[in-house]
Amino acid sequence: MNDNEETRSRPCEHTGVANPARRSFFRWLTYLLGAAATVILAVPLLGYFVSYRRQRPPWIKLGPVADFPLNATRLVTFDNPLKQPWDGMVAHTGVYVRYQGTNDRQQDQFLVLAVNCTHLGCPVEWFEGSGLFMCPCHGGVYYENGQHASGPPPRGLYHYVWRVRDGQLEVQAPHFPTLHDTLEDRA
Amino acid sequence: MFAWLQAAARWLDHRIGFSSDIVPVLKHPVPRQLEGPMGWWYVFGSASLTLFLVQILTGILLSLVYVPSADQAYETLLYMNYEQPLGWYIRALHYYAGSGMMVMVLVHMTQVFLHGAYKYPRELTWVVGVFLLLCTLGMFFTGQILRWDPDAYWGLAVGGSMAGRVPGAGPEIVSMMLGGPIIGADTLSRFFALHVFVIPGILILLLALHLWLVVKQGVSEPPVPGQQVDPKTYDDHYEGELRRGVPFWGDALLRDAFFSAVAVIAVALLAAYMGPKGPTDPPDPTLQGANPRPEWPFLWLFALLSLSPPAAETFIILVLPIILVAGLLLVPFISNRGERAPSRRPVAVLTVIVIYTTLGVLTYEGVTSPWSPHMTAWSGDPVPVAMVKESTPLQLQGAVVFQNKNCRNCHALDGVGGRRGPDLSTVGTRLTRDQLIDQVSNGTPGGGNMPAYGKQINPAEMAALVDFLVSLRPAGRPPAYNPAEPPQPRTTGADSDGEAPVNP
Repeated sequence: MNDNEETRSRPCEHTGVANPARRSFFRWLTYLLGAAATVILAVPLLGYFVSYRRQRPPWIKLGPVADFPLNATRLVTFDNPLKQPWDGMVAHTGVYVRYQGTNDRQQDQFLVLAVNCTHLGCPVEWFEGSGLFMCPCHGGVYYENGQHASGPPPRGLYHYVWRVRDGQLEVQAPHFPTLHDTLEDRA
Repeated sequence: MFAWLQAAARWLDHRIGFSSDIVPVLKHPVPRQLEGPMGWWYVFGSASLTLFLVQILTGILLSLVYVPSADQAYETLLYMNYEQPLGWYIRALHYYAGSGMMVMVLVHMTQVFLHGAYKYPRELTWVVGVFLLLCTLGMFFTGQILRWDPDAYWGLAVGGSMAGRVPGAGPEIVSMMLGGPIIGADTLSRFFALHVFVIPGILILLLALHLWLVVKQGVSEPPVPGQQVDPKTYDDHYEGELRRGVPFWGDALLRDAFFSAVAVIAVALLAAYMGPKGPTDPPDPTLQGANPRPEWPFLWLFALLSLSPPAAETFIILVLPIILVAGLLLVPFISNRGERAPSRRPVAVLTVIVIYTTLGVLTYEGVTSPWSPHMTAWSGDPVPVAMVKESTPLQLQGAVVFQNKNCRNCHALDGVGGRRGPDLSTVGTRLTRDQLIDQVSNGTPGGGNMPAYGKQINPAEMAALVDFLVSLRPAGRPPAYNPAEPPQPRTTGADSDGEAPVNP
């Protein structure tokens, strides 16, 4: 679009008027259409980029309560149902489960801890002998109840949302937990 | 035949304008000193570019076999390593040329900084260069993700946890980064798009701008001590340099080509000798014994995050990178005039020394990572025989308790074991019996370095353990004692505590 002084002030051949109303109308119409085209393109493109399929996290059966010995922490693995069908072995998720007996109201008590260190997400390893979870990355250590014991983590291990249904321990499918988005936050 | 070829070349040239427009640029004058020994300082930028071209070529070849799907990436990498003819070599070359490019970019940047070539009128060239550095780092990080082994998976966990620390928008940023609620196929696909399309696209555009600026502003003349840059007079001064200059298409280009060829041959040989990098284990997050590490350009950051005080950590993770990048970008604006020669710029030289020393020390710490417990030390590293040769049964039991309570994961004996805590080979000379009981029961109070083991160890185990620890001292040395309660002198031999006789 030639917008220099010459074409602006040169009178139009047909009407003899400089800068006829139709030409400026057309220019503004083009700006408007351009803006509309940009928005019409930007909204779905950006929307696609920032969105993902949201689903209510389903409950996962981890096994009958009877299978978990009292006061023993063990690693249970399951396939995270929040996965894509082509996730392969990446969707294998581990969780530390400790059966703590029943409370006053005869309800089974479980301690279900995520493997992700609360410092920066590396997987913690359980040591039966010392009753400690140790993280290989930056040296975070937690006690058997998940409480922070030593090292850089800012808090204790993340707790899963769990329930006992028909004698089975079930946990809510976990998203990737972070400090501002724990598993209990999205319960 | 030859005449026909010449006619065809003329036909093309008339339409493309090669000899009228492009050849003059190739022959543009550069300062005469580039023909002399100083010219060798100028080769690093083009070496970076050459290695980048190698990366593009090898990357395209890799994309012919690699499948960026979470359930197949690992298998296709194994296929490339063991089945695809020369697949192992292309993978190796892609890694080592990439590392070479990273090194060349850093050398180039350091050389430009030390020679003050970022000063007027080349400030923008420097700024674009900083973004090119960030793109190169981005390519290195995203490339490691594509290797899709436990290092990649847990590297994403660490990156996601860092992003998750952003107050307010943290969870959204994490979801965008992972492409969903968990690390999975969507994450790999995002990083594939980043590594193959987005970052290379940005890098190539920035590179075009960078090269345009280099040609437009001209290659800087070598710095001369005392010859200061003054924006008011520099243009004329540089024009004078160019009038005495030599065509780029000559010795200057020859040096660039020489060094680039050496660089290519070096990485090609290195790749053939070292073989492909990984993948290590399959990307199964439930595999025990994971010990993830980032790639070498990020080991300094890994060490920094391990050594940061927890209270400052979110600041260091989120704000420090911005400060560092801003610092780099602001270099030409701190001073775009004055001395260029490093001999007259002690602050610049000192800055380079301090930065590289810091990075070097942090990288070394990242390699040795003493803060990580040795997860298999308690079962894999036996107690040194010399230490238990003359032990009483209780002390031997204590040695067993020491191993079974995983103490060895953090504490070495005779240099073997974890290095998170001190080596305990001589702890009997440092801590008294009561102090040992206290230390083991309560650890370092306030969430310091040692956890409290009081609930994990019964009195019999504690007695045995402390007996063993008290016996850990050099031959002939008495055990530590409280000055307020000196040990009683004994006339007979060692008592059941194993304490050597003390002369009154």
